[in-house]
Amino acid sequence: MDHDDLNRLQWRCTRRALLELDLILGKFLAEEFPALDEDDKRVFAELADMEDHDLWPLVNGTEACDDARQGRIVAMLRKSGVRQPL
Amino acid sequence: MSIPVRKYDAVIVGAGGAGLRAAIQLSEAGLKTAVLSKVFPTRSHTVAAQGGVSASLGNSEEDHWHWHMYDTVKGSDWLGDQDAIEFMCRKAPEVVVELEHFGMPFDRTDEGKIYQRPFGGHMSNFGEKPVRRACAAADRTGHAMLHALYQRNVRAQTQFFVEWMALDLIRDEEGQVLGVIALEMETGEVVAFHAKATIFATGGAGRIFYSSTNAFINTGDGLGMAARAGIPLEDMEFWQFHPTGVAGAGVLITEGVRGEGGILRNDKGERFMERYAPNAKDLASRDVVSRAMVTEINEGRGCGPNKDFVTLDITHLPPETIMKRLPGIREISIQFAGIDPIKAPIPVVPTCHYQMGGIPTNYKGQVVLEDGATVAGFYAAGECACASVHGANRLGTNSLLDLLVFGKSSGDTVIEDLASMPKAHKELPAGFADRTLARLGRLESQKDGADVHETRLAMQRTMQNHCGVFRFKDKLEEGVRKILDIEKQAAQTQIKDKSKVWNTARVEALEFDNLIEVAKATMICAEARKESRGAHVRDDAPDTPEFPNGRDDKEWLKHSLWYRDGNKLSYKPVTLKPLSVETIALKTRSY
Ligand SMILES: Cc1cc2nc3c(=O)[nH]c(=O)nc-3n(C[C@H](O)[C@H](O)[C@H](O)COP(=O)(O)OP(=O)(O)OC[C@H]3O[C@@H](n4cnc5c(N)ncnc54)[C@H](O)[C@@H]3O)c2cc1C
Repeated sequence: MDHDDLNRLQWRCTRRALLELDLILGKFLAEEFPALDEDDKRVFAELADMEDHDLWPLVNGTEACDDARQGRIVAMLRKSGVRQPL
Repeated sequence: MSIPVRKYDAVIVGAGGAGLRAAIQLSEAGLKTAVLSKVFPTRSHTVAAQGGVSASLGNSEEDHWHWHMYDTVKGSDWLGDQDAIEFMCRKAPEVVVELEHFGMPFDRTDEGKIYQRPFGGHMSNFGEKPVRRACAAADRTGHAMLHALYQRNVRAQTQFFVEWMALDLIRDEEGQVLGVIALEMETGEVVAFHAKATIFATGGAGRIFYSSTNAFINTGDGLGMAARAGIPLEDMEFWQFHPTGVAGAGVLITEGVRGEGGILRNDKGERFMERYAPNAKDLASRDVVSRAMVTEINEGRGCGPNKDFVTLDITHLPPETIMKRLPGIREISIQFAGIDPIKAPIPVVPTCHYQMGGIPTNYKGQVVLEDGATVAGFYAAGECACASVHGANRLGTNSLLDLLVFGKSSGDTVIEDLASMPKAHKELPAGFADRTLARLGRLESQKDGADVHETRLAMQRTMQNHCGVFRFKDKLEEGVRKILDIEKQAAQTQIKDKSKVWNTARVEALEFDNLIEVAKATMICAEARKESRGAHVRDDAPDTPEFPNGRDDKEWLKHSLWYRDGNKLSYKPVTLKPLSVETIALKTRSY
């Protein structure tokens, strides 16, 4: 991903409707995203494009994720804890 | 330097509940309307609202708009304008039923009517007993509402400009507003939207505080733009705090947790609410609980290494109850506090939740100046506006109602006002973009400046420590000095990324320009108001027989107005006369 794609993604991760997702996606993008391979990066970007009320239940585990590709990234998001406003 | 100009009949900044509701009026009336938003409309913060929207439909039991009006005036601690409050409460049933017709999937009763549930502060028969007035769509009221409004706009062919950030108002020498200057993030291009009418619906500014339940988008852009254009901000000292935000992250833990038996404890494990509210205990009203928590922390009984939070304990509840009755709470605690609430108590602090003040308007949505004159071409609605229906304290579910009523009325007023205006657009003044371009230019060329993130953090901590739930004279005075110091750094922020396209560092710096205006207004208004009223509670204005709850109507029954120029403060009277009924007479606010 180039500068523009990455910054667009950053905006879409940290200007969400729900604070919960601002915190989790923002931290993931800064800390774990850089080490992903290109396919996983694309999957993450797909997740970030979802509506907040569809994505949040997957990330907090109240709903199961039935897409195997997304499931791996969702599992990483579930584990990533956030203690401070970024 | 000149910038491209696009012409519209009306431009709306903001695509949350208020902006989308206004846009429906305009587009359906055939006006050429542009709606600008920093994010895709259904990413607006209105989506976060769960509790519901109030209207005296009387579907579950007898109810009346006049009772709703009484509750709202009382909730506002008599600082709300009674003409606007009557207008809102009378219109509520109409706008809620209209929303139903737009496709809002409200919860229903067995007979198919909109189901209604009780909500704090909403009572029947002028404060007698709780009434079921809140209409909801499961726990996704805001989400469902925004989708219904968005679909209706698509049908009406509203033109959306998504991921565009409005930067400044265009105001000519006569004071008339002629549109906005905006930045397209994808191209970095700066464009003028030349309009006969401009409606601000930019939402709140909850991110001025360190601990906030608000999403990151709430940076008070509308307020910053209005202040820079010489328009005062009203009642900015009044912010509602929610007692239980997760310490640190700020994520909201719903009142339902205490409803199910959650207990607040200090460092000794003591259930301290027994001392502050022997009857209601942990279920006392939001402001009472929040102040008790802060008192515990201030007196050294906070928890953790810095003794800066208390805990919300549900370890005594059966795990099945937690999983079944409080879905998501366990996950929130694990993700944002790092604890499993089945085994350990949740760290919580009172957290900034809602902004009562804003851009001064009347109930028609027109922006009004101190002398009551309207600003030609300028309107505002929703959380960024101060009509003022929430006064010193908002009732839950009245905010979504505010969006619908004043979104609609501002749209109607624009249609009316445009009918009597010349057909052609008034000419843009010479150099209309100069100040905005200078601001952008300064940011480009700044050397040895301040880091945006660090300066914002300094502001947020100062607001939190000096101007929180419970306010102290010395702390406020020091807070004013500190925030004015931080303002100097804010004027010298520096960014490393100088690229044109998708420069999020630039956008964040521009958002910070707005936050700092709101922070100054808040601190300065709070220091100046020497009474306690609603959400503004000062240690040196305690509850006495002469001043019950610390409220001083003789001196302070008035709206604050803060001007950016010289940080000047001024005051204007509260409108006590409703539109058609008798004034709701001053009384001590107690529940
Ligand atoms: C967690 C939470 C729960 C809540 N629950 C309830 C509830 O149950 N009931 C209730 O009545 N209230 C509730 N509230 C309050 C209520 O949700 C908000 O007050 C309300 O949604 C604000 O709506 P709005 O239309 O004014 O602004 P928002 O929905 O915040 O929309 C603002 C819009 O302005 C745009 N914008 C901002 N700045 C710019 C700019 N510079 N350029 C372009 N576009 C811009 C944004 O992109 C966005 O589209 C809750 C609030 C929170 C935080």
